[in-house]
Amino acid sequence: MSDKLNPDKPKLNIPWLLKMAWRDTRRSRGRLLLFLSSIVLGIAALVAINSFRDSLQLAIDEKARSLIGADLVMGMNKEPDSLSLAIIDSVSTLGKRSDENRMMSMVYFVKSNETRLVQVRALEGEFPYFGAIETKPEEASRSFRQDKRALVDHNLMLQYEAQIGDSIRVGALTFAIEGALHRIPGQTAMTAAVAPVVYIPRQYLPETGLIQRGSRVSYYYYYDLNEAVQPDTLANKLDPRFEEYGMFYDTVETRKASMGRSYDELARFLALVGFVALLLGCVGVASAVHVYMRDKLATIGILRCLGMSGKQAFLVYLFQVMGMGLIGGIAGAALGSVVQLILPELFKTFLPVSVDAYFSVTATTQGVLLGVIVSVLFALLPLLSIRQVSPLITLRATVEHLTSQKDPLRWAVYILLLGFIIVFSRWQLGTWWQALYFTGGVIAAFLVLALLAKALSWTVKRFFPTHWGYVWRQGLANLYRPRNQTLLLMVSIGLGTALIGTLFMVQRTLLSEVSLSGTENQPNLVLFDIQNSQRDQVADLTKQEGLPILYFDPIVTVRLEQINNLTLADVRKDTTLEIRPRNFTREYRVTYRDHLSDSEKSEAGEWSEGQYKGTGRVPVSLEEGYAERIKVKVGDSLIYNVQGATIPARVAHLRRVDWNRVQTNFQVLFPKGVLEEAPQFHVLMTRSNNEQQAAQFQRRMVEAFPNVSAIGLDLILRTLEEVVSQISFVIQFMALFSIFTGLLVLVGSVNVSKYQRVQESVLLRTLGANKKQILGITLMEYMMLGILAAAVGCVIAFGAAWALAVFSFEMEFVPVLWPLLIIFMLVTLLTVAVGLLNSRGVLNRPPLEVLRREA
Amino acid sequence: MSTILEINNLKKTYNSGDRHLTVLEGINITLQAGDTCAIVGPSGSGKTTLLGLCAGLDRASSGSVVLNGVQLDNLSEDARAQVRNQYVGFIFQNFQLIPTLTALENVMVPLELRGERNVQGQAMELLARVGLAERHDHYPTQLSGGEQQRVSLARAFSNRPTILFADEPTGNLDEETGEKVEKLLFELNREAGTTLVLVTHDLELAEKTQRIIRIKGGHVVSDTKTAESVH
Repeated sequence: MSDKLNPDKPKLNIPWLLKMAWRDTRRSRGRLLLFLSSIVLGIAALVAINSFRDSLQLAIDEKARSLIGADLVMGMNKEPDSLSLAIIDSVSTLGKRSDENRMMSMVYFVKSNETRLVQVRALEGEFPYFGAIETKPEEASRSFRQDKRALVDHNLMLQYEAQIGDSIRVGALTFAIEGALHRIPGQTAMTAAVAPVVYIPRQYLPETGLIQRGSRVSYYYYYDLNEAVQPDTLANKLDPRFEEYGMFYDTVETRKASMGRSYDELARFLALVGFVALLLGCVGVASAVHVYMRDKLATIGILRCLGMSGKQAFLVYLFQVMGMGLIGGIAGAALGSVVQLILPELFKTFLPVSVDAYFSVTATTQGVLLGVIVSVLFALLPLLSIRQVSPLITLRATVEHLTSQKDPLRWAVYILLLGFIIVFSRWQLGTWWQALYFTGGVIAAFLVLALLAKALSWTVKRFFPTHWGYVWRQGLANLYRPRNQTLLLMVSIGLGTALIGTLFMVQRTLLSEVSLSGTENQPNLVLFDIQNSQRDQVADLTKQEGLPILYFDPIVTVRLEQINNLTLADVRKDTTLEIRPRNFTREYRVTYRDHLSDSEKSEAGEWSEGQYKGTGRVPVSLEEGYAERIKVKVGDSLIYNVQGATIPARVAHLRRVDWNRVQTNFQVLFPKGVLEEAPQFHVLMTRSNNEQQAAQFQRRMVEAFPNVSAIGLDLILRTLEEVVSQISFVIQFMALFSIFTGLLVLVGSVNVSKYQRVQESVLLRTLGANKKQILGITLMEYMMLGILAAAVGCVIAFGAAWALAVFSFEMEFVPVLWPLLIIFMLVTLLTVAVGLLNSRGVLNRPPLEVLRREA
Repeated sequence: MSTILEINNLKKTYNSGDRHLTVLEGINITLQAGDTCAIVGPSGSGKTTLLGLCAGLDRASSGSVVLNGVQLDNLSEDARAQVRNQYVGFIFQNFQLIPTLTALENVMVPLELRGERNVQGQAMELLARVGLAERHDHYPTQLSGGEQQRVSLARAFSNRPTILFADEPTGNLDEETGEKVEKLLFELNREAGTTLVLVTHDLELAEKTQRIIRIKGGHVVSDTKTAESVH
């Protein structure tokens, strides 16, 4: 007989195992559905974001040429010299060219008698060559170029109640409004809100008087190149000279790449928020499967007794989890595909092109696969123990149900889990370091919670209050007795609280950063482009209006030529110097004074010699971050070029600057006695008491000095607040997935713990415990768990938000505690409520009925 | 007659904290094909432990168990599972039916585990034999205790075992139902010619087997033939 036995190779019989897996779910499909629901939302979030990313990429590819309106755009932030002009003109021979000047300036709405800072674009030529400047009426985009006519941003027109045909003054010249500007190639609604545009014909720019010495004007050149010319080849060829002359350029391809990059980063960040929701769901899956497996021990024991191998038993439940993951993945992918339909509307203010959402097969397939992978990965630990279930459990329910041998595969699963989180977050975040930080953070939070759960069980057991009443003792004892839920609930509830709390804290920190700037006694009105000749008159006018002069700084534009004898050519040749060429090609706006402002703090060297004595190199004070970037310390030498004149300088002093203060701050500070005669303009900062006063002051300033621009910080703050709230709305929308997942995990975790408690509650009922006592025991257990898990989650959230603010956003951490307090109370209440709701069945039915139903 | 079960110098010890607990020691039993035997003894005497060791549900600390020519001691857990599936049938005090399977599916499991196909007919025959054909699609919770134990009997015989282990088969049943189940058990056993090992407190039930092995404190204190062995 024994010859029939082949103990080494028992047949797996996969089809039958699949059938068994299906049969075995019969009495637990509701519970399995609850388990899988916790991964649905995370997958939905990821599928939605990734589908949207695909849709956006498609839109960018389709509409690429209309994004810049030309084959090639060249530009520079200073007036082109003869060398730059030679390039600009030589490229013109290869096709058609349009010229544009851009500057920030005040405009005056004559009818409403109001002023506003806008971006003035003086255009000449047929730009755009592809796509269109969208206006109402449509023909206005062409007709405004013929005469003294302007196109005005449509939101600005609404705001200032301007109509077509009304007058608008730009500098010293009045234009008739020809049309309302709706969309400019490549511009988003968000950038239009930050800097609304007014187009004027370029031939009238000199008459406006806006271009003065030191004025900040950008020069753009748009080319429609002949078909034979490859824009990118041309741009690459000219690239070294562009950099040398301080020019920048854009082609359809470079714009596509940069746009793709920036939106990809946004999508990556949002996908990470989705991943957080998924991880949270995974914790739910792991804890649910753990308890599910515990309930299945008896069945597994019987099957083992009847001859099922450990591998077969493992596969039965692995198939169940795979099926659950597949259904979760499909449900998540379907939900995500629906959610992505609303994303273009949600993101429209950030997008340069209109995006049509389309069904992304890649994102959907990824979602479904992800469902299966995460379900299996996070269920593997409890599943592995199935292989070790002893058939002896059929004879003795009290027997140690697992064979005692240590399972080395558990370590393989830990490594797999770790690897998955790192690889997935690397995929979403883009760098290994960020992925490691993220994974480290998640694991640290997990460990803290697990350790605290253990500590809680130990403490309650060690210092058990034996003199307390029965109900309290019983509730407390549930925290450490065999088959307790302390570890699982602490980890899942605590991790959920931590993740959600972090999202809210970071968001509040970002928002408070904006609102902080609007506090009392800080300037709220800035005047710039004030010429040397206008300095005293502007100061007088300010005083006449009863406004204080809080800061009044001269500003000189300089360039850096040498750092310790190193030139631009040297740093280009030797990249090990780690000095970016841009430090040489960019322009710096510097000031000169003999003292430090209240936002500056000495870090190294002396600034007592704020007055230049006329001997040796000019001492300069550098902002410490800037000094680090150009790799200099106190005593090093620099050469600056002040519009043609070279000034040898030495680093005499390093300063820390509080950039968050609303005032003029500078990277480079010169002493008095050097730059007084250099071309310069001035910036004045004041504070108005109310909007009427500010409006009147700006009107009078524009009337008297058309070239001087004024901007109310209230407007900047309002705009910033609008931008941040738009961004935070998107983040909140994604965070909703985490919140709902957290809720599902909470309901799931508490619900699975119900199966642990049901039997003993019924026994207590049988022994005569009344409803109130059972309720009290349940309340005590879940209240303790809720309070502790939520409190620890909040502490972790606080730490994570601090780390993100300081290390990632590099801003001062503002501890806004109320969101955490609300989250703490809500999570505790929810835990207790869900716990109590779950015990309803035990309370309202006869014990025997409950036992039969739960069997 | 061939030897079905051979136990030599069996010992089982457990470690409970610092304590070393000997549950069974010096057990030597041999059973021939078709034998029926009852293991009796007070609670905690080691009856169930012995049953578990004989059926390959657990490993002995020393000594050997040879079941149907296969020495169980050196086999892995999975190999012992295969032995159980091929040669062993079980009946438990608390029935141990799989709650998610119908009565019919419960009976089919041992055959399906063997990889046999189209086993529904055989399972239905067995259910009919225990009088539950019309309840084949009921789940265990929808059946009474007696009915559950009858399904358990059908399952135990479904894989045509050479040896049947029954742990207090009537322990959870009332007297009348218990008697019916006993009758059915012995009838089926006789028809199939299976070797039967019964663990019970019930001396009346034990008397219905051919041999009674009494265990006390982990040792066999007597091994006697009953009147039944004469028939």
